[in-house]
Amino acid sequence: MRLGPQPSELLDRSSRVIFTFDGLAVGGFPGDTIGSALYASGHRVFSRSFKYHRPRGLLCCSGHCPNCMLTVDGVPNVRVCVEPIRAGAVVEAQNVLGSLNRDLLSVTDKIGGPFTPVGFYYRTMIRPRRLWPLYEKVLRNLAGLGRLREGAGCERRYDVEHRRARVLVIGGGRSGRAAALGAATLGPGVVLVDEGARLAGAELAGVEVLAPGRALGIWEGNLVPVDCGTTLYRFRAERIVVATGALDQPLLFPGNDLVGVMLPDAVRRLIRDYAVRPGDRAVVLAADERDLEVADDLRAAGVAVPRAVDLRSDPLGRIEAHGRRGRVHGVVLDGRRVECDLLVVSAGRQPSYSLLAQAGAEVRYEPTRGIFVPGVLPDSVEATGSVTGEGCGTVNPYRADTGTGRHDKCFVCVCEDVTTKDVARAVGEGFDSIELSKRYTTVTMGPCQGKLCQLPAIRLYARTTGVGEATVGTTTARPPWAPVELGLLAGRHHEPTRRTSIHFRHEEAGAEIMWAGPWKRPYAYGEDPADEVRAVHESLGVIDVSTLGKILVEGPEAAALLERLYPNRFADLKPGRIRYGVLTTDGGRIMDDGTVARLRDDLYYVTTTSTGADAVTAWFEWWNAVWGLEAEIVNVTGALSAVNLAGPLAREALARLTEADLSGEAFRYLDAREIEVAGIPCLALRIGFVGELGYELHFPSPAGEHLWDRLVEEGATPFGLEPQRVLRLEKAHIIVGQDTDSESNLLSAGMSWLPKLDKDDFVGKWAVEHFAEREERERLVGFTMVENVLPPEGAQVVIEGRPAGRVTSARRSEAVGAVIGLAWLPPERATEAGTRFEVGIGRRRYGALVWNGPFFDPGGERMRS
Amino acid sequence: MSFLLPCPYCGPRPVDEFACFGEVTNRPNGPPTLAELTEYVYFRDNVAGLQREWWQHRAGCAEWFLATRDTRTNAVSDVSVPDAARAG
Repeated sequence: MRLGPQPSELLDRSSRVIFTFDGLAVGGFPGDTIGSALYASGHRVFSRSFKYHRPRGLLCCSGHCPNCMLTVDGVPNVRVCVEPIRAGAVVEAQNVLGSLNRDLLSVTDKIGGPFTPVGFYYRTMIRPRRLWPLYEKVLRNLAGLGRLREGAGCERRYDVEHRRARVLVIGGGRSGRAAALGAATLGPGVVLVDEGARLAGAELAGVEVLAPGRALGIWEGNLVPVDCGTTLYRFRAERIVVATGALDQPLLFPGNDLVGVMLPDAVRRLIRDYAVRPGDRAVVLAADERDLEVADDLRAAGVAVPRAVDLRSDPLGRIEAHGRRGRVHGVVLDGRRVECDLLVVSAGRQPSYSLLAQAGAEVRYEPTRGIFVPGVLPDSVEATGSVTGEGCGTVNPYRADTGTGRHDKCFVCVCEDVTTKDVARAVGEGFDSIELSKRYTTVTMGPCQGKLCQLPAIRLYARTTGVGEATVGTTTARPPWAPVELGLLAGRHHEPTRRTSIHFRHEEAGAEIMWAGPWKRPYAYGEDPADEVRAVHESLGVIDVSTLGKILVEGPEAAALLERLYPNRFADLKPGRIRYGVLTTDGGRIMDDGTVARLRDDLYYVTTTSTGADAVTAWFEWWNAVWGLEAEIVNVTGALSAVNLAGPLAREALARLTEADLSGEAFRYLDAREIEVAGIPCLALRIGFVGELGYELHFPSPAGEHLWDRLVEEGATPFGLEPQRVLRLEKAHIIVGQDTDSESNLLSAGMSWLPKLDKDDFVGKWAVEHFAEREERERLVGFTMVENVLPPEGAQVVIEGRPAGRVTSARRSEAVGAVIGLAWLPPERATEAGTRFEVGIGRRRYGALVWNGPFFDPGGERMRS
Repeated sequence: MSFLLPCPYCGPRPVDEFACFGEVTNRPNGPPTLAELTEYVYFRDNVAGLQREWWQHRAGCAEWFLATRDTRTNAVSDVSVPDAARAG
């Protein structure tokens, strides 16, 4: 089947490349595609169709139609007509039961006719409803294209690269190359993208060539993602030149999908590029001069051409292809039968305007030429070559007789197996707009995305409904213009993991590491978190709290800014003192909490929750932009590490590492001091983070491991997040986002003491005032369980048999000797300690008692000691 | 949403670098009635057309600024740093 050397062939005949197809060895030359090598080896059936499992062979040979989709090295739906040959490739048929030549599923073509009209299963298989899972299972096996191997997503790595181009040319045909070279004379930054492999490595003066690469679409801001296999280039182009050319359109006639029915460009490629003789006897039905040249090419290749018809001058009334076992065997032209094994047909060429339409170009119908052409283009987008309609035109592609049903099927859409009958039926059922009909029949929704079926569908539609093509119009052009692997769109996982400067000490200590927002944090260091809780209560513990947000607010109006941001007062806070603060929105909702230390008159040090740092920084900066106060806001979360040293022995242990006076008089509860610890300058905050005597040390991150090691040497037991939660719950400290949600306000969360309503203004003041006037709906309150059962977070509170609230936190506390927690209750049930309610756990309900205030050390003597 | 937004300091950058804080609202000057407060906190004009919005170049210089965007076309005009912030 291989011809002698052709003048423009892409083959390197000096060596051979062997791959396997369904287990059999197939040979080809470097320069072949897998498809051309298969064709040259005599393979004609490449796939089975989507619905009817009809045999399909090469149709467009340019990577657009679905007919040559095979599984190559485990990757399904590879269009082998453009996939370069490679040694050892494993090529397999897909979507078949049996083999390509004897596919048992093709029974749907023979008997399925009356059962598989458009919309069949939406209408039929909905009843009885309980059988749908069964129907679905059967249908899923019959339909669909290819199968993904388990874990296929992990086998390849995909990357995204952001790039800029002065001029991005899409399409490397004659016009595209000329445009690129022209643009390159004016300066650098010209990129040419072409989907074919033949331009790979091509030298174009001053032009970067990306091939094979597929432009997936044009988004606003001239964003063009280009699929280059495992890299997605996201191009921002100052100017885009679209040179996507035009595509041969299929002709509609019964049997138009038989193996051996081909578009002229496919035949031209097989002969000129790959030196393959496409058949023995060919009939050519041409729509223009270009197509007629194919007849000459065929004759030159030794193919008999008993008939070549110019459809412009000789519009045939009826065409009907006859097949044998799915392969074309002859064609009847106006009643005269001609034997052939190759039927080259074209309804002419339609510009591939889709990218232009995506960019915002209008598309209009040109009745004289029978094509849709792009109209006015957006400012920075140009079109060149046949995509503008230059040299394009079609003959009426509609030759089918759908009336009698005596003939073979006539396909409008080979991707989705939609026949002319299906479209007529859809119109008859009232789907009388092209957009509706598209969704109902799925025409243009298959792998070719309308490249080969949009125009025929529009024309068929125009004819069936009796309105013109211009009235029918086109469907909306949407990305992706070319098929793309989902992995490429997903890209590589790029969510950065944050680790504190002390992280590896936790790992070395055998801590169980867990996610906490973007951070990796120790859950606990030992088997039982209760051991760590005990260490903090009885002697000394240390926890890495570097994840806390840390913000410096500095400037003459820093105090004024915080005064307006926080419900409580910060202007009267004395330098060296600390106060707890809660941020609310103007809607009165709790946003974040933390401590605020005043370091100088004009300098505050604000800590936020671990997940709130970025949001709080942005919040501060935004209000500062609104108010224009003289204050600078700097997020130092990453620059500083922090540890909290807590327990009855905290003072003695710290005293061994610092010369600073830690006595209760010199360094009081809620004092902030700049001291040196183990040679490291620290900001030490004496706060009751976990309810024991404690010092929180904030210091430059690089010293993290050093300081941690010193503290552990002094006898501090590292404790993790879980013991911290127990300790903080024992003090009834709330966790914003855990115990509160977007509906929680200061009053209902039990912090009515916090907002200072006599202040002129603060964010959320008016809302708090309105909440105070309104009837309270629910309240956050502590509780203890009557029995020793641990309710899951989110468990339902049940009062008199009705759901009345929810548990937000619950832990076993050794120190309290009970299961303790926080829950939202109706206010009338929340005020009095000891009020009983029930918590639903599984199918049972357990008693719980309301508790007011901290569970452990309610007077706070321990942390003040 | 892939348009370019001109940051007053960094120039045109892809919109994914910015955080949008929504349309500019007018915070009441004095204590509002419940209706006024609700209007300010919860209600937005949501126009199809020109809209004045707050943006922050969050993955860039972190500046907060105001921009007028046509919500139908994403065409951005009149980008400015608020007067209050410039004074500060």
